[in-house]
Amino acid sequence: MFKPDPFKDDTLFEPIEKTGRAFWLIFGVSFAVFVVGLGYYVQQLRNGLGVTGMMQPVTWGFYIINFVFFIGISHAGTLISAILRLTQAEWRRPITRMAEVITAIVLAIGGLHPIIDLGRPDRVLNVFRAGRLQSPLLWDVTCITAYFAASTVYLFLPLIPDIALLRDRKKKFHWLYSFLSWGWKGTPAQWKVLNRAINIMMIAVIPIAVSVHTVISYIFAMTLQPGWHSTIFGPYFVVGAIFSGIAALFIVMIAFRKAFHLEGYLKEIHFQQLSKLLLAMSVLWFYFTFCEYLTGTYGGEPREMTTIMYKFSGPYAPFFWTMVIFNFVIPMVFLSNRKLRKVPGILIASIAVVIGMWLERLIIVVPTLENPALPVMRSIYIPSMTEIALLAAAVAVFVMGFLGFSKLFPLISVWECQEGRALSVSETSERIETYLPDAEAQHVRD
Amino acid sequence: MPIWGMVIDLDRCTGCGGCMAACKVENNVQVVPPGEALKGRGMHWLTILSRTEGEYPDVEAVLQPDLCMMCDDAPCTKVCPVHATYRGAYGLVAQIYPRCIGCRYCMAACPYTVKFFNWTAGEEGVNLSSSLNPDVSVRPKGVVEKCTFCYHRLQKAKERVRAEQREIAGGDYVPACVEMCPAKAMTFGDLDDGESPVSRLAASRRASQLLEHLGTEPKVYYLSKRDRNV
Repeated sequence: MFKPDPFKDDTLFEPIEKTGRAFWLIFGVSFAVFVVGLGYYVQQLRNGLGVTGMMQPVTWGFYIINFVFFIGISHAGTLISAILRLTQAEWRRPITRMAEVITAIVLAIGGLHPIIDLGRPDRVLNVFRAGRLQSPLLWDVTCITAYFAASTVYLFLPLIPDIALLRDRKKKFHWLYSFLSWGWKGTPAQWKVLNRAINIMMIAVIPIAVSVHTVISYIFAMTLQPGWHSTIFGPYFVVGAIFSGIAALFIVMIAFRKAFHLEGYLKEIHFQQLSKLLLAMSVLWFYFTFCEYLTGTYGGEPREMTTIMYKFSGPYAPFFWTMVIFNFVIPMVFLSNRKLRKVPGILIASIAVVIGMWLERLIIVVPTLENPALPVMRSIYIPSMTEIALLAAAVAVFVMGFLGFSKLFPLISVWECQEGRALSVSETSERIETYLPDAEAQHVRD
Repeated sequence: MPIWGMVIDLDRCTGCGGCMAACKVENNVQVVPPGEALKGRGMHWLTILSRTEGEYPDVEAVLQPDLCMMCDDAPCTKVCPVHATYRGAYGLVAQIYPRCIGCRYCMAACPYTVKFFNWTAGEEGVNLSSSLNPDVSVRPKGVVEKCTFCYHRLQKAKERVRAEQREIAGGDYVPACVEMCPAKAMTFGDLDDGESPVSRLAASRRASQLLEHLGTEPKVYYLSKRDRNV
């Protein structure tokens, strides 16, 4: 029976046991940014949403954009990890943990954004007291809490054997690891239960993840506003979410590979395989964008055309075309060329995609609101310092969360890597045997 | 029970803005300080839309009062997460200020852009406490508000008809804008009563509704010899 060894793979435990100066520097800067953001938020709590740049008729701004964006990033994780596990992709082993951590942290950040956006956050519990399930916002509340619950459980379950390894190494925080490992001894019965639980969560998490971004798109698609009222918004948002999620995963992988010297774990093959997935998502994203705008333009309904032209050639043209370049042209150039599909090229493409997807959320939310149907008073939305500071703070919380996690738990699943080394060669070759055409059967027919 | 509706005759409307001012004073609508108003946060439950038509020298200004349409199939009430805006008695779309969480979803959903958010508290603006209408609550910051068809006047009318021991009828009250209109361009009453002036006008060939094609079924009608609205 497979039994992970707590004293192998020291590279993976090193970041937990030793902390360098760079860690404190980055953590300190992030903390400072977070404190500034917190200050701005306290000011917003005291003075109301007047401190933002929102107004009539642009009543949704950075907070809703960032909400959609962060929840999108959260699809990196759990969904990719679950799909790779489900399809028994052997190369997944060193990647899944990081992907799951992204989900848990970003989901917490994204989920708070609608509350930051409320005019009366003190009344947020009215959602439970007087909630209307007919409102797409309630669908969001339901799906996001379900996703948060499922993805944290899905992060924690495969972490248990690793926590037990940390406990057995008997270095720092022994009490914490003894508590969190829940009496894990690695008995066959425990392994059986754990693997079953992981399998159940893996299946459960996929429909939940898809539902989350679908209902976020419904916030927009259920209204009658041009640019929002579209039947493809559900899948369009899900594709965009997975797209930005993979890009975020790449950025995290590349950063920690460098910082924690994980070159021996995150190898060429991982970047190659995952970058093909990113490229496929880029093409899929372009396809959806093309469909969305072609149907709007071809029909040429005046109100629809107003928002479309606002994006194509109006004030939002720089954002729109930058988005097209960042989300399609750059990934195409860097990822479809074997020479450029190396770590630096992938990093450039990933950063471009993350920025491009943020811009996509921007050009979905704002231009529709800036072009009301009737000739009412109009204004151009410019975010205030508060909104910019809170975006920076959200990114800082992400960095702090990830760094904090990396100091407590291994960022690469130790037991899954060891299990892979011990079992996957024989398992995979047996599996491949079953794929091959049956020589006997062929014979009988002859 | 009457179904309140309004007809605005654009051929009579002079665009004087009397309705706008009457509404603002009647309903204690926040007087937003000039700086805030410049940011686009001015508040008027009833605004006048304007557009110019034709080429010089035959230019014509098209003016049209715009207020809550009290839609029968209101896009705003559908999306409210906490039942703070809903279609209540007499077919009126109502707001519950103490319940609203300020998510502004209803504002994003409203195709007529007639819902307003209190970006700042009223008292931070111009202090008008001595001239407030005691019948209308002052909204706190962070909630959405809109035209109520002067619901407080309806409440008073209900009290009155109860004292007179009869059922409320179409002519028992009018909102402040209708009362103010010097050109008598606005008519208010019971759309359910086929004999009432408002329902006769609403059935006229000049009548149309704003953004009719959306299927929101507004209870505010416009009369115009032109073939279309603003």
